[in-house]
Amino acid sequence: MSPRHDVIVVGAGHNGLACAAYLARAGLRVLVVERREVLGGAAVTEESVPGFRFDSCAHRTGGLQPTLIRDLGLARHGLELRRPDPPVFVPTRDGAPLLIWTDPARTAGEIRRRSPADAERWSRFGMAARPAVRFLAQVRRMVPPDVPMEASRDLRALLGLLARLRYLGRRELGEVLRLLPMSAAELLDEWFESEPLRGVLAAPAVTGFFQGPRAAGTAYHLLGSLSPGPEVLRPTELVVGGTGRLTAALASAAQASGAEIRTGAEVGQIRTADGSATGVALVDGEEIAARRVVSNADPRRTFLQLVPPEALDPAFVRQVGHIRMRGAGAKVNLGLAELPRFTGAEGEPGLLAGLIRISPGLDHLEMAYDDAKYGGISRSPVLEAVLPSLTDSSLAPPGRHVMSVYVQYAPLDLREGAWDGARRDALGDLVVRTLAEYAPGFERSVLHRQVISPADLEETYGLSGGCAAHGEMALDQLFFMRPVPGWARYRTPVRGLYLCGAGAHPGGGVSAIPGTNAARAVLRDARREG
Amino acid sequence: MCLKRMEAPLLRGTPLHPRTSQLCQAQNWRRWAGYVVAGSYELLHEREYFAIRTTAALIDVSPLYKYQVTGPDAERFLNRLIPRDVERCAVHQVLYTPWCDDAGKVIDDGTVARLDPDAFRLTSGEPNLRWLQDVAAGLAVTIGDISESLAALALQGPASREILQRLSDASLADLRFFRLTHALVAGIPTTITRTGYTGDLGYELWVEPDQAIPLWDRLTDAGAGYGLLPAGMLALDVARIEAGLPLIDVDYIPSNKALIEQQKSSPYELDLGWTVRLDKGPFVGRQALVAEEARGPAWRFTGLEVAWDSIEGLYAELGLPPALPLTAWRVSVPVYSKGEQVGYATSGCWSPILKRYIALAHLRSAWAEPGTELEMEVTVEHRRRRAAVRVVRKPFFDPPRKRALPGAEGVRGVSGSAPASGAPSGAGDAG
Repeated sequence: MSPRHDVIVVGAGHNGLACAAYLARAGLRVLVVERREVLGGAAVTEESVPGFRFDSCAHRTGGLQPTLIRDLGLARHGLELRRPDPPVFVPTRDGAPLLIWTDPARTAGEIRRRSPADAERWSRFGMAARPAVRFLAQVRRMVPPDVPMEASRDLRALLGLLARLRYLGRRELGEVLRLLPMSAAELLDEWFESEPLRGVLAAPAVTGFFQGPRAAGTAYHLLGSLSPGPEVLRPTELVVGGTGRLTAALASAAQASGAEIRTGAEVGQIRTADGSATGVALVDGEEIAARRVVSNADPRRTFLQLVPPEALDPAFVRQVGHIRMRGAGAKVNLGLAELPRFTGAEGEPGLLAGLIRISPGLDHLEMAYDDAKYGGISRSPVLEAVLPSLTDSSLAPPGRHVMSVYVQYAPLDLREGAWDGARRDALGDLVVRTLAEYAPGFERSVLHRQVISPADLEETYGLSGGCAAHGEMALDQLFFMRPVPGWARYRTPVRGLYLCGAGAHPGGGVSAIPGTNAARAVLRDARREG
Repeated sequence: MCLKRMEAPLLRGTPLHPRTSQLCQAQNWRRWAGYVVAGSYELLHEREYFAIRTTAALIDVSPLYKYQVTGPDAERFLNRLIPRDVERCAVHQVLYTPWCDDAGKVIDDGTVARLDPDAFRLTSGEPNLRWLQDVAAGLAVTIGDISESLAALALQGPASREILQRLSDASLADLRFFRLTHALVAGIPTTITRTGYTGDLGYELWVEPDQAIPLWDRLTDAGAGYGLLPAGMLALDVARIEAGLPLIDVDYIPSNKALIEQQKSSPYELDLGWTVRLDKGPFVGRQALVAEEARGPAWRFTGLEVAWDSIEGLYAELGLPPALPLTAWRVSVPVYSKGEQVGYATSGCWSPILKRYIALAHLRSAWAEPGTELEMEVTVEHRRRRAAVRVVRKPFFDPPRKRALPGAEGVRGVSGSAPASGAPSGAGDAG
C-alpha cells in the first residue's frame, strides 16, 4: 500500500511552506504538519493584544527572490511588498536624525553635515563593494558543492562558482577574497569616520549574530546588507499586513496546488526504517507515512530530537551537536497610542516607514556585545525597529500603532538568573527607556508591551538556542559547511529526509531560498527514484 | 613547568604494581594503556605459559579500559553500539563483542557484562569514552569511565576453579562460561566473570583498587599447592594466539586510528561475523554490514599452520636446526599463493602445548578456506624465504574445560551455551 502522502513537511515556517508549495505545484501529494495553531514559524503576525497585531519575530524580509513570488503567484494569494524610502531612519542624540535614502546623492547630502569626507565616499563605497555583493548574492542562491568533492556533479558546481569568480576580474576577485574574512569594523575603518554612520552600517553585520563588529567574518554580513544596485544599502522590504501575510500567501499557494496543511500537529518523531525516512509520528500517537520527509525544524531539533538516534551515525550527531546556535537577541512588540516623536522627525511619519536603527557607533556596538559575551544583557542595547502600522493601518486600532523592536544583545544563557517574568519586564523597560532617549515622552505612548525573550524563541517558536538563523552565520558554518560539512545539499544521512530551513544554505532571514532549494533536491530525487 | 611534568611518571603502575614489582625478576616491563605491566616474572615466560595451560596463572589485567553504563536506556544504548543483540543478554551474562563505526569497520572489541537490567560494564582495549558518549546522544544513559576505580585480575588455567572456590563464598560449580556472579573472595567483595583471554578455563576478578593486593595475596596463598604462578604478557600472548583471539593494534587497526580505508576491518573480515545480528534492529554500522554480508567479505581472519618439514628444510639448507619463535611475534608477514601475495599474518608463535608453529592471518576470501596450501615469508639467516603453510580453523587450542561445568568436563558442551550458528566454538562466548 502506498502512503497517502509523497512528502511530509515538518513545520510551517516560511521555508517549509515555500518548499511545500513548490512540491505541490510539481504534482507531489504534500502534507505540512505544524506544531502551533498558527502558521508561519518565526515569520508570523499574531494578535497578541486585542486589536494589535504584532510581527512576533521577523519583521522584514531578507533577500526574498522575485522568482519565488512569480513562480508561486504569491501576489494572487495576497502578498504585497513595500520598500519604504528612506529605508533606514537613524535617530541620534544630537537631535538631527541621519536619513539613509535610496538615492545615494540624497544620502550623501545627509551625511555631509557630519562628515564631508564620508559623504564623498558614500557612492564610491557602494560601487567598490558591488562586485563582492553581486557575487555573494549569486552564491546565496546556489546549491553548495560537496567538499571534498566525490562526484563530478559537485566538481561542475564548483567550476561554475569559479567561473563566476573569474568573471569578476583579477582585481575584484582579490578584493572579494580579502573582504570575506575581515571584520565589519576593519572594513568600515577603510571608508568612514563618522560614528553614527559607522554604527548604522555595522549593525546589520551583527544582527542575529552572537559576535561584535570586530569579529572576523562580520564583513561578510555587512556586504550582505548592501545592495547589488546603485542604492548602496539593500532596500528595506516589508510585507503589507505583517510578515505573517507572506506565510499566509505561501500557505494559500501551497493549498491551491493541493497541499494539505495541519496545525496543532506536533511531530514527536521522524520515523525511519533501514536508514530511510518513512513518515512521522505525532506526539498524540498518530502515525503518518510518506516516502519523504522535509524538516523545517533546525538541525539540532531535527537530528537530536526528532530523528531516533539509532538512525544516525554518532559521528554525524557529534557534528550537529557542535553547531553553534547562540541566539543574539530578543523581541519587544509595542502597542502605541501614537507615533513616536523622534527629535527632528516630528510630524513626518513617512520618514519612519522603514527601519529605525539605534546603533550610535562602532564602539557602542562592541561594548553592547561585551555585556553579552559574559552572559549579560546589553546595558545599552542596539535596536532595529519597524512601525508596520505605517504600511498597513489595519494592524492597530484607528489612530494607534504597532512597533516591532528587535533587541540585541540578549543571550539565552544568562550568567545570573534565567528568563523569568521579571527579566522580561526589565528588558521591556530597557527598550522603552532607550527609545525614549531619542523620542521624548515615548514611554507615555506605550499601551501594550510583549517581550519575547530568547527562551521564548526557543520554547514557543522552536528555535534551538533562541537562534533564529538555525545556526550562527559564522564563516565556518556557511555555504558547504552548513549545516555541517558534507551535508550542505539539503539532503541528510537519512535517505528521504531533507532540511529546508535556515539551518541549510544560505541560512537565516526571510528569503525562502533554503525552502526553494530543498524542494529542488526533493524533486530531483523523486524523479530519479520515483 | 618541565620539572613539574617530570615529577609525574609517564607510565603509571597498576594497583597491583607494589606486588608485581616485587615478584618481577625479569624487569621486562611492558607498556599497556599508560601503565607498566610485567612482560614475564621469570627470565623466560615458559613456566608462566604452562601454568596457564596446566595449573593456574594470575595475571594483572587492570590496564583494561572499563566503562560503567547505567540508566533506563542502557540496553538501548548498547544495542545501538554493538552488533550483538543485547535484548537477549540476561542479567549476569557477559557478551564478547566488537563495535563498529558507521561504515561497519571495527573500532574496538571487548566484553559487555550485564550487572542489572539497567546496568552494564564494558571493557575495551583502547579509550572509547568519547565514542560512547557520541553513541549515547539522545539516550537516557550515563557512561562513567571506571578504568581507574576498578582493578582486574585474571585467574586462568585448569586449576583456577578449585583455587577460587577455596576462597569464594559463592558456588562456582554452576557458573557457566561468559556468566558472572558477585561473591566475597577471601572476604573481599568481588565480581567474578567466567571470562579471559587465554581460551582456557578461567575467571576475571573485578575489585576495588585498594583490594587488589589483598586479593592477589590470598589467591597466591590458596594457589600455592596447585602450582599457581603469576604470569605476564608474554605468556598471555602465546595463549591468546592459541585461542585465536585477535588483539587490537596488532591483528587489526581500530578504524578511528586507520590512515586509509584499507587499514580498516569489518567484523566479517575479522571472523567475528557470529557477533553480528543484522535482524535485531538498527545499530551503528548496520547498513554497511548488511551490504557486506550480501556480497561476502573481501578478507578472512584465519589460522595458519606452518609445515614442519618446510621450515626444517629451510634451515637444513644452511646446516642449522630449525629456529622457532618461542615468544609470539607481532609484525605483519606476507602470505603468498603461487608467488602472488594473498594476505598477511599479524601474530604468530610456537605453540608449546600443540607442538606446532601457528599464526593468525588476514587472507583474501578466495584463499581462506581451511586446507588451502599457501606460503608465508620467514627470515632464515637474514634471508627472506617462504615456508609452506596451510589454512586451519581457529581456535588452535580449545579444551572442553573452557566452557564445561564440573562433572561434564571433556564430555559435552553445556546446554544453553551452544554456539550461535556460524560461531567457531571458543572464538569467544556464544550465549
